[in-house]
Amino acid sequence: MMPAIRVERLGKRYRLGGPRKSYKALRDILTAAATAPFRTVRSALRGGSLAKAAPETIWALHDVSFEISRGEVVGIIGRNGAGKSTLLKILSRITDPTTGRASIHGRVGSLLEVGTGFHPELTGAENIYLNGVILGMRRSEIARKFDEIVTFAGVEKFVDTPVKHYSSGMYLRLAFSVAAHLEPEIMLVDEVLAVGDSTFQRKCLDKMEEVGQQGRTVLFVSHNMPAITRLCPRTILLDAGSVAADGPSHEVVSAYLSSDIGTKAAREWPDPERAPGNHVARLRGVRIVGEDGRLAESIDIRCPVGIEMTFDVLEPGWVLSPIYDFFNDEGLCVFGAIDHDPEWKGRPRPAGRYVTTAWIPGNLLSEGALIVNAELLTIHPMVQHYHERHAVAFHVIDSPDGDTARGEYSGAWPGVIRPMLDWRTRFEGMVLDEKAAVR
Amino acid sequence: MSSIARTGPDVSTIVIEPSRGWIGLRLRELWEYRELLYFLVWRDIKVRYKQTALGAAWAIIQPFFSMVIFSLFFGKLAKMPSDGIPYPIFAYAALVPWTFFANGLSQSANSLVDSANLIRKIYFPRLTIPIANVLAGLVDFALAFAVLLGMMAWYHIYPSARLVWLPLFLLLALVTALAVGLWLSVLNVEYRDVRYTVPFITQFWMFATPIVYPSSLLREPWRTIYGLNPMVGVVEGFRWALLGTKTAPGPAIAVSAGAALVLLVGGAFYFRRMEKTFADVV
Repeated sequence: MMPAIRVERLGKRYRLGGPRKSYKALRDILTAAATAPFRTVRSALRGGSLAKAAPETIWALHDVSFEISRGEVVGIIGRNGAGKSTLLKILSRITDPTTGRASIHGRVGSLLEVGTGFHPELTGAENIYLNGVILGMRRSEIARKFDEIVTFAGVEKFVDTPVKHYSSGMYLRLAFSVAAHLEPEIMLVDEVLAVGDSTFQRKCLDKMEEVGQQGRTVLFVSHNMPAITRLCPRTILLDAGSVAADGPSHEVVSAYLSSDIGTKAAREWPDPERAPGNHVARLRGVRIVGEDGRLAESIDIRCPVGIEMTFDVLEPGWVLSPIYDFFNDEGLCVFGAIDHDPEWKGRPRPAGRYVTTAWIPGNLLSEGALIVNAELLTIHPMVQHYHERHAVAFHVIDSPDGDTARGEYSGAWPGVIRPMLDWRTRFEGMVLDEKAAVR
Repeated sequence: MSSIARTGPDVSTIVIEPSRGWIGLRLRELWEYRELLYFLVWRDIKVRYKQTALGAAWAIIQPFFSMVIFSLFFGKLAKMPSDGIPYPIFAYAALVPWTFFANGLSQSANSLVDSANLIRKIYFPRLTIPIANVLAGLVDFALAFAVLLGMMAWYHIYPSARLVWLPLFLLLALVTALAVGLWLSVLNVEYRDVRYTVPFITQFWMFATPIVYPSSLLREPWRTIYGLNPMVGVVEGFRWALLGTKTAPGPAIAVSAGAALVLLVGGAFYFRRMEKTFADVV
């Protein structure tokens, strides 16, 4: 069977200075042309070469090959600048590749941004038509789905209001709703879920999941690792414009997170002068560790995770309390924690190095990224010695194999924590008398 | 196997490869995107009339006030000949197609840069953008033209059967505006200061076109050569078809049409050649 997408040795070269800065001013060209004879004569007199230096270039994508079968849902991950968006732009035919070729078999819909072409002066209804046609829908198709689009966005009362009067939430919902009703055979989606509030993001993810289940081919670029592992069985990791890994999402994502390509799970401040802190104490390192005490960037939702802080006390005699605050990727503070080690509680510390580790039990955190702030306080009198925001980050990965809090359910799961509760069910036998049972 | 059956004409396989040099115009694809074209035109018109306080009046004010000023300075003071018809209507009959041309030209010249966001995020034939910008000017044209008809009634000038040729002259104006617009829009993407040359180009061009004066001031063969400026054919055509001047479209109009076509075809190929770089530079 013919693959839906076949990419062969694809490459894209940009002139250095960023792809968007390469335009020139006619004025410069004209002045250059006017002064050219003089420069030519001058350089010839100096015995210089007349050849111009080639402009510096950068390969945003280099020698990328893969195949995607019909109906496959594939994630594309990689850090910023790894070439993910360039790849989608080439496959969407927005920009030409420099080398190689790609063939796409089927009707393509690309969603690199929601609300492309929305005009603030036009009403919601007018924008639905305009945006729909821009995304490649037929007018008749939009007319058929119009009510569905409006209902999904929840803007029934405002269809005849210009969208400039919409709240940003309504605007996004409407924009996503139009896009969500595209029905191409092959869908290219870029990080559109990175916008909006959490309810909206959930809605988008559910819709994405639905699309995947309809047997359509989806290429999904995201930084949202939980979304990738949930929606895509297969993931391609791009690094510096090339394919670094291609395989089952769980493997590729954890390889990505545990390599130094991903978010840092460990930070060190080797230079004491530059380390966060004051004359009392300095933070020297923070890292995330697994049960085995080794560095870990991604943690199975069932396993405990330790946050280890190394600090030097320079001035003895202070009572010190290490503190962590944990934030999820929506910026919500999930919880804070203060050191309770009875050995050091209320006890002035001698100078020297300390390593303290807080353990978060398994089956407590929800899936997704957690960002850790590290702090050192003296409570009486209140002195903050250091407060390092976003010191480290790690990812909690839920697994679909049935023995986590989500059970067999693989859809969206709400909540910032995901504890395994102790469920007890008692069977009380067959109910013979209805009234007795009610009473 | 089944793959052979699938590669029929109804299932599209898109091949993406680096394109080099001159490439085809892909007019068929442009036709497939006609709904997009329609909506882009519709959007431009809708937004234009929603945004300006004067709305539709603006379409009339521009040529009408030019006509008043020209009548005063060129008609009354300079006593410019006007082929035997009252100077105000002589000037206005030329200003109506001219305004359509000049606006279409400047709108389409800036169209690609103004649509940068669309170009960077969505694929569609880029030719639709400048085409939509020129077509959207037709509504303004219709309004200004209605005033022209009113003026003709005022001066008791009634059109003859020659009126049937008028759409052709309008088409020539449209083709010329698009042709020059295509060139300028591409240059504008590459060189951002082209935008500032557009008002200068239109102003210069206006005086190179027989708007305030008749082309009958010229003798043959100069008048035919003058037709190399396609707007000469348009303006004299409008006067001939509506006002009954004796500037019958002779060889000059053929030269005008030829020049416009050469510009258009060249512009379209140049546009297609440069198109692939738009998303990277715009």
